Amino acid sequence: MSGNMNLTLKVWRQKNSKATGKFVTYKTDDISPDMSFLEMLDVVNEGLVKKQEEPIQFDHDCREGICGSCALMINGQPHGPKKATTTCQLHMRSFNTGDTIVIEPWRSVAFPVVKDLAVDRSSLDRIQHAGGYVSVGTGGVPDANEIAIPKTIADEAFNSATCIQCGACVAACKNASAMLFVSAKVSQYALLPQGQTERYERAIAMVNQMDTEGFGGCTNTYQCEAECPKEIKVTNIARMNREYFNAEFLKDKKA
Amino acid sequence: MSNFSSTFSSTLGRKLIMCLTGLFLCSFLIVHLMGNLALFKNDEGLAFNQYAHFMTHFTPIKVVSYLLYSSIIVHSVFALIITIQNKKARPVAYAQKSGNGSIWSSRNMGILGTILLLFIVSHMSNFWYEYHWGETPYVKYETNLNTGKTVTTEIAATDYTGYVNYVNNGIEITKSKNLYKEVATEFKEWYLVLFYVLAMLAMSFHLVHGFQSAFQTLGWDHSKYKPLINFIGIWVFSILIPLGFAAMPLYFFFK
Repeated sequence: MSGNMNLTLKVWRQKNSKATGKFVTYKTDDISPDMSFLEMLDVVNEGLVKKQEEPIQFDHDCREGICGSCALMINGQPHGPKKATTTCQLHMRSFNTGDTIVIEPWRSVAFPVVKDLAVDRSSLDRIQHAGGYVSVGTGGVPDANEIAIPKTIADEAFNSATCIQCGACVAACKNASAMLFVSAKVSQYALLPQGQTERYERAIAMVNQMDTEGFGGCTNTYQCEAECPKEIKVTNIARMNREYFNAEFLKDKKA
Repeated sequence: MSNFSSTFSSTLGRKLIMCLTGLFLCSFLIVHLMGNLALFKNDEGLAFNQYAHFMTHFTPIKVVSYLLYSSIIVHSVFALIITIQNKKARPVAYAQKSGNGSIWSSRNMGILGTILLLFIVSHMSNFWYEYHWGETPYVKYETNLNTGKTVTTEIAATDYTGYVNYVNNGIEITKSKNLYKEVATEFKEWYLVLFYVLAMLAMSFHLVHGFQSAFQTLGWDHSKYKPLINFIGIWVFSILIPLGFAAMPLYFFFK
């Protein structure tokens, strides 16, 4: 097939969470520019299996840009060079033949490497469990649109809720801070009437859990916003700060 | 909801301390620049020396100045704590890391801040320490209130019994420490002038990120006033004020 690409891959290989990893270089040719990045890795892995070598471990699931599994640091950018795109939706036409591509796992103390490029992101789940929910009574199904919500507020809440918990914000941040993720989760409930009951407990509980997990602090570099595949805005972080400071300084639990 | 120490040891609490001390230091810059504009007055330093005496002897200002010194210390110490914490959040560094979406200043606040701290230490030992406890020359101004003419004479330490400012027979007499002369002499040294100008460049870069970042931390993020914050941050704090300060050593060097 004409127009196929030759690439040099520098891939992080690490046996398990305790082993020290290293970069291994793989040469690959016959990569179609129409392949997705993950399909390219599949092709490389097929070659490795044929040679009786251990294939490269990486996370993937839906391959439709919605599950948030395909967490890869590609040439220093989470999910690669394309804006608002997950790794699975990134196509090889975004690269040139002859390119060297460096592929690393997300690096954070809260994301231990499971193997090679796969990391354990359950720290994000634990932050969700700390407060990223709404407690509701399980009665009959309420009528649709029973609670009136202004369109602008609903839109903003939905924008925050598009976060797929992939961890790209943590990967992009120089401090490995998870604040874009946490703030998106705090925001989507803080904006909506259903989230009001637990509003302030939520902000504190989620921020505390974020700190417990060992994520760094935010220094407002805004790199997370630029790299987020779902284009979550840093205005969420400002909102989370308001929620948290309100909860800490202005609200009293006993009241 | 939780006690103060736990609030201020959270990532958000520490951010708040950086933000508040930082903004306080910003407000000081305005006062410091406006006062020091007296240096440009062609009066052999009469206005500047009177201003220097006022700033060091007026009680409310003295109280604020101690608040200022402690702000510098707290801002630096917390920066160090936060930096160590943030480094811990990513134990294994990336082989390749892009800065996409962030400005250089935002990623190098620590370096810029260290330059500024060195500058502040040197600046205070040059002038603040010298003025209080060092060997400052003394000066006597005799202003004829009818003609407006001033006669300036340097006086020996033995003729100086403390700051005085009184009118005698239509002549206003001021005796004071001559900080103006100290400034004029120091700024004849090219390396000091260069150091001051470079430090102001560092301040410019520090504040182009720092000023707007402080408001983001406070959660003051609104489409109505965010453009104003950005405008002030860039034009006032990272251009006008550093230029004003940098002009002082240059003025005396070329005078």
